[in-house]
Amino acid sequence: MPEVKQAHEATETYFAEFARLERETSRQPEWLRLKRKSAMERFADLGFPTTRQEAWRFTNVAPLARITFKQADAKGAAREAFKPALLGDVAARLVFVDGQWNPKLSALASLPKGVLVSSLAAALESGDQGILEGHLACYAEDADHAFTALNTAFIRDGALIRIADGVVLEKPIHVIFIRTGGAQNTVTHPRTLIVTGREAQAMVMESHCGPAGETYFTNAVTEIVVGENASVEHVKLQEEGDQAFYIATVQAQQARASRFHSHSVSLGAALARNDINSVMAGEGAECTLNGLYQVAGTQHVDHHTRLDHAMPHCSSREYYRGILDGKSSGVFNGAIIVRKDAQKTDAIQSNKNLLLSEEAIINTKPELQILADDVRCTHGATIGQLDPDALFYLRARGIGLESARHLLTRAFANDVIARIHFAPARERLEARLLARLSAAWKPEEVL
Amino acid sequence: MLEIKNLHAQVAGKEILKGVDLKVNAGEVHAIMGPNGSGKSTLAQVLAGRDVYEVTEGEVFYQGKDLLAMAPEDRAREGIFLAFQYPMEIPGVSNMYFLKAALNNIRKAQGQPELDAMDFLALVREKMKLLGIDEALMNRAVNEGFSGGEKKRNEIFQMAVLEPKLAILDETDSGLDIDALRVVADGVNALRNPARAIIVVTHYQRLLNYIVPDFVHVLYDGRLVKSGDKNLALELEEKGYGWLEVQPQTV
Repeated sequence: MPEVKQAHEATETYFAEFARLERETSRQPEWLRLKRKSAMERFADLGFPTTRQEAWRFTNVAPLARITFKQADAKGAAREAFKPALLGDVAARLVFVDGQWNPKLSALASLPKGVLVSSLAAALESGDQGILEGHLACYAEDADHAFTALNTAFIRDGALIRIADGVVLEKPIHVIFIRTGGAQNTVTHPRTLIVTGREAQAMVMESHCGPAGETYFTNAVTEIVVGENASVEHVKLQEEGDQAFYIATVQAQQARASRFHSHSVSLGAALARNDINSVMAGEGAECTLNGLYQVAGTQHVDHHTRLDHAMPHCSSREYYRGILDGKSSGVFNGAIIVRKDAQKTDAIQSNKNLLLSEEAIINTKPELQILADDVRCTHGATIGQLDPDALFYLRARGIGLESARHLLTRAFANDVIARIHFAPARERLEARLLARLSAAWKPEEVL
Repeated sequence: MLEIKNLHAQVAGKEILKGVDLKVNAGEVHAIMGPNGSGKSTLAQVLAGRDVYEVTEGEVFYQGKDLLAMAPEDRAREGIFLAFQYPMEIPGVSNMYFLKAALNNIRKAQGQPELDAMDFLALVREKMKLLGIDEALMNRAVNEGFSGGEKKRNEIFQMAVLEPKLAILDETDSGLDIDALRVVADGVNALRNPARAIIVVTHYQRLLNYIVPDFVHVLYDGRLVKSGDKNLALELEEKGYGWLEVQPQTV
């Protein structure tokens, strides 16, 4: 079949599936049905992006656009055989299997007062509509992002987390989106909404995982509202299967004096695109965007971040590191926008990349738009190999070459992971990374 | 223990070592002195296996084995230790983790059982006391943010833990104040024994007041031009390296 025709058929399927979803979700509130409908129209206008668009120049989604993806059916939700990697000692756990909430795998007992953790589908049927209508699909921009529009059009289930004013959650909430596979070419559109009140504090870890060797598509959107003087740490761990397509947006909206810390760890998928954005909409807000990508083979990983300094005295720190092996490719594009009124903005961006093979490629680019005049914005990017002097130092102490490479690569990555405040998430990530790097290096000696 | 024969080495096409001969027996402390650029550090690095230096001629035998054929890690596992002139910073790797990996790799290669965390900690604490090293330093990344003195002290501390058969100290005294120098020298002296050989590479005679060598050699323009006992160091201190230029080569 010619490519154009394939792509046309694939797109038509989204419309057919949307029509089916319209019938199945007739109980959804009217405001949401309207939002979804207009998002579908937006997707119809935009179509899938091409490499002619600047934001997608190095990430070609044509292979994804050619495949006819059907909605993953919820039968997978009944499967109990699949045991996801769980984080110990959490305040709550929400598990979604092929896009649908799985109450058996989830754990929602004993949440402190003022904390609501729920499946979005359940909340839309019976929950507080005020929160949902006031926040859901209000922040993630779909005007020029076809995938966000597509996700909104297909909102059905996902996670809803609401932390009331002044509530400090000591333990993290873990949200896990699992794909089970078995059926080829299916798509899910997980949606997450996190709303924190004034002076609230929370940590949310969001995991995306799925089976190797199967073609599927995960198209996720997470919106995070950080209330006045509130603090939110969001850790996203992407471990989709090696044939998967993963497109995801995290959009934060920060009120006055709030703190938002995002950590994006991208390890899996054949093609992964992460948009991570924050609007600092109140004075004195602080935002940290950290990220780590580690890819090999023919994997492609793209991080597009956008820090919108809309008000004065906000500071942002961005720290991304990448490790690329084999014929893998990566993109880092860090936009920092300083609005006209955002005087005394303090923004620092850094992107460091370690290329472990001759054939790996990274495209890294800062994108600064500064409209205020009294600001400090610095950025830097490095691309390099393991330091031969450091390798020699380790070898001169009896550590073998492969182990020394492994140790230095791990240390490079740990520099990002160590910035995650919540220990259980940090430890789990360290262990995952160790396993992946060990598979790559096969350190032969004692470490 | 170590026999260097007519060693020539170059870096980027420039010959630095132009025929070095040296024999070191177990239990001996040899000092190699020389002005800047004479090839002292090159000699130390070549012995440890740094591959930016190309050996163009000559041989080195260590315990009867062809040292130049061995990978750097194998030299370390056979008991060679180089205290670096400029120790590397390794961000993200704690001193504790690094040293345990080093020690257990060496022990394993020498057929000794690996130390578990408890035994390792006990050993490390004992050696920390010897070098006056703060326990907090063990949990910091290797040499990261250390002062010059801390780095040098850390090298000798590593040496104390790894207990090498042949230790090569490359300008370990440079950049140390007198108090730090005493601590480092005490650490080295504590390791002197009949089974161990030490090569002290230094620019200054001062260190040799504290680590008294059995032999002193002068490296000049890539060759050992003079050898003697500790008095040679004093003579050099008095007359300066310029004195060598008018001396006939005696080695």
